[in-house]
Amino acid sequence: MLRYLLRRLAYVAPIAVGVTLIVFLLVHIAPGDPISAILPDDASAEMVAEARREYGLDKPLPVQYGIWLWRAAQGELGTSIRSGRTVASELSMAVGNTFILAVAAGLLACVLGVALGLVAGLARDRIGDHLTSLFTLAGVSLPHYWVAILLVIVFAVENPWLPPLGMGPDSSDGWRPDWAHLQHLILPAIATALIPMAVIARTMRASVIEALDQDFVTTLHAKGLLPGRRLWHVLRNALPTTLAVTGLQLGNMLGGSVLVETVFAWPGTGFLLANAIFQRDLPVLQGTMLVLSLFFVVLNLAVDLLQSWADPRIRRA
Amino acid sequence: MSVALEVSGLEVAYRSARGFVPVVRGVDLTLAKGRVLALLGESGSGKSVTLRSVVGLTAREGARVSGRVRVLGQDVLAMDARRQLDLRGSQVGFVFQEPMTALDPVFRVGDQIAEVLVRHRGATWAEGMARARALFDLVQIPAAAQRLRAYPSELSGGLRQRAMIAIALACEPPLLLADEPTTALDATVQIQVLLLLRDLQKQLGTAVVFVTHDLGVAAEIADEVAVMYAGRIVERGSAEQVLLAPEHPYTRALLGCVVRGGYAEAPLVELAGSPPDLARLPPGCSFAPRCVSAFAPCGVEEPGEREREAGHRARCHLGR
Repeated sequence: MLRYLLRRLAYVAPIAVGVTLIVFLLVHIAPGDPISAILPDDASAEMVAEARREYGLDKPLPVQYGIWLWRAAQGELGTSIRSGRTVASELSMAVGNTFILAVAAGLLACVLGVALGLVAGLARDRIGDHLTSLFTLAGVSLPHYWVAILLVIVFAVENPWLPPLGMGPDSSDGWRPDWAHLQHLILPAIATALIPMAVIARTMRASVIEALDQDFVTTLHAKGLLPGRRLWHVLRNALPTTLAVTGLQLGNMLGGSVLVETVFAWPGTGFLLANAIFQRDLPVLQGTMLVLSLFFVVLNLAVDLLQSWADPRIRRA
Repeated sequence: MSVALEVSGLEVAYRSARGFVPVVRGVDLTLAKGRVLALLGESGSGKSVTLRSVVGLTAREGARVSGRVRVLGQDVLAMDARRQLDLRGSQVGFVFQEPMTALDPVFRVGDQIAEVLVRHRGATWAEGMARARALFDLVQIPAAAQRLRAYPSELSGGLRQRAMIAIALACEPPLLLADEPTTALDATVQIQVLLLLRDLQKQLGTAVVFVTHDLGVAAEIADEVAVMYAGRIVERGSAEQVLLAPEHPYTRALLGCVVRGGYAEAPLVELAGSPPDLARLPPGCSFAPRCVSAFAPCGVEEPGEREREAGHRARCHLGR
């Protein structure tokens, strides 16, 4: 297990470096000049050149990358062109907010996904399977933003049951787990969880059916084991695949959260990223993408390790 | 005589595109406690299905099962599912053909033994593991403490089958059902596992039904032999009677197929043709189309079972 851990960690290093390179290049290759976005339209050529120097945009790309990487490694991601605050402080607040949304949506997706998948797998080709499969098929097919807007229309506009925007009654005083804040969380969490929940459920269904078809299940019957214990065996066999997909889905949720956070004005990384794109706020854009992609890498590592714990055969592969 | 297993009129049919196909067609068996019966036959003769039906494992696959099966005096097919579960693993042990797939790949082998004792004997996990340790010694798995913590994929085929035997014998059942337990193993390992099973059978006094297509294996372990063809028992008797003086042409043909080491000039006879399509059985004797001794009545009338000498019976028109 330790050897496997070290080997997986060794894979992560080059991937992380590759991620930083891609993040840097994407931002610099993308069309649009950040300087023209901060300076008035009638700014003189000298003012533009001055601003370029100030932000280090006059240096060659490899040098800019080196400087950026060196600073990023020290946690220094620059200053927002728009707000003038450090990217680190903007990010730390946004990451915290996204974390709240991601935990809520992740829990919802995992619990509901695994439960629905299990029901469908055990009720294979019977009515319980057909109903859940219909629901999960709809789940994977509906786009995040469409569901988000629909939820707002139905549960906030037509029926004023839940608030449509923001994180709480007063955005400045932080988040607390009370009803005033929780009710703001419900709709964004559902919108974010829907696709991952459906994908997890479909994977779980397939894994349960695959496990049930294996020979060892007959052995469990021959041993006279009770249904609960047999279910535990099937679950443990279905788990590794579902875990892998769950990890990827939680990563994809970050992508979905960009859209969902924008619709619900949830001040998280997705919201930050969307605004940074529209405002050509380069440092914020780079910093947010970097943090999100590195988080994705770490998440994948965690999934691999969890999977190898759940299935001993993976460790030796 | 106290009886371990009594099967009468067992019929098993599986659903197919053409309706239910009979796989086992009226099997009768009686096995006394402590005796070993080898159930012989080619693939598709129904021997394995017979064995699994005895403990109600085929109904789960959607098979239609009728007839009567009594294990230690208890009517298995009349029981509810829960009582069948109580019986399996505690009164009847089962060893499967494929040790590669019959064990759960993500559970430690020790846990797979201990759980049987926790379930049937009300043991704690610690007690179950201690007993598993003793069982590993019984089935001669070396370095038992370490092997108990292994996953099935970390064990060789032979060790896996020994672990399977340990599971089957965990509660010291009076009846053991073994479905080709040596077929999937290497030749040298086959003999080791076979000898182990024979020794354990003698030591524990377990009654065993041993399904095999290998006559050598049957000769090695069985007190009694029953030969199956197309879902029926076509010949039965003591091992000596059936294997040394076979009455049925099918049994003779099987014996002709055995490779005898050292006798290069001994004729190796191939059994021509293949087992019949159970959905479209020929009229009369099912073996007649492949039988070298077939004559007029064979294609018309199905032969009944007749006694040739005490305890030796065959289902054939010959030798009337």
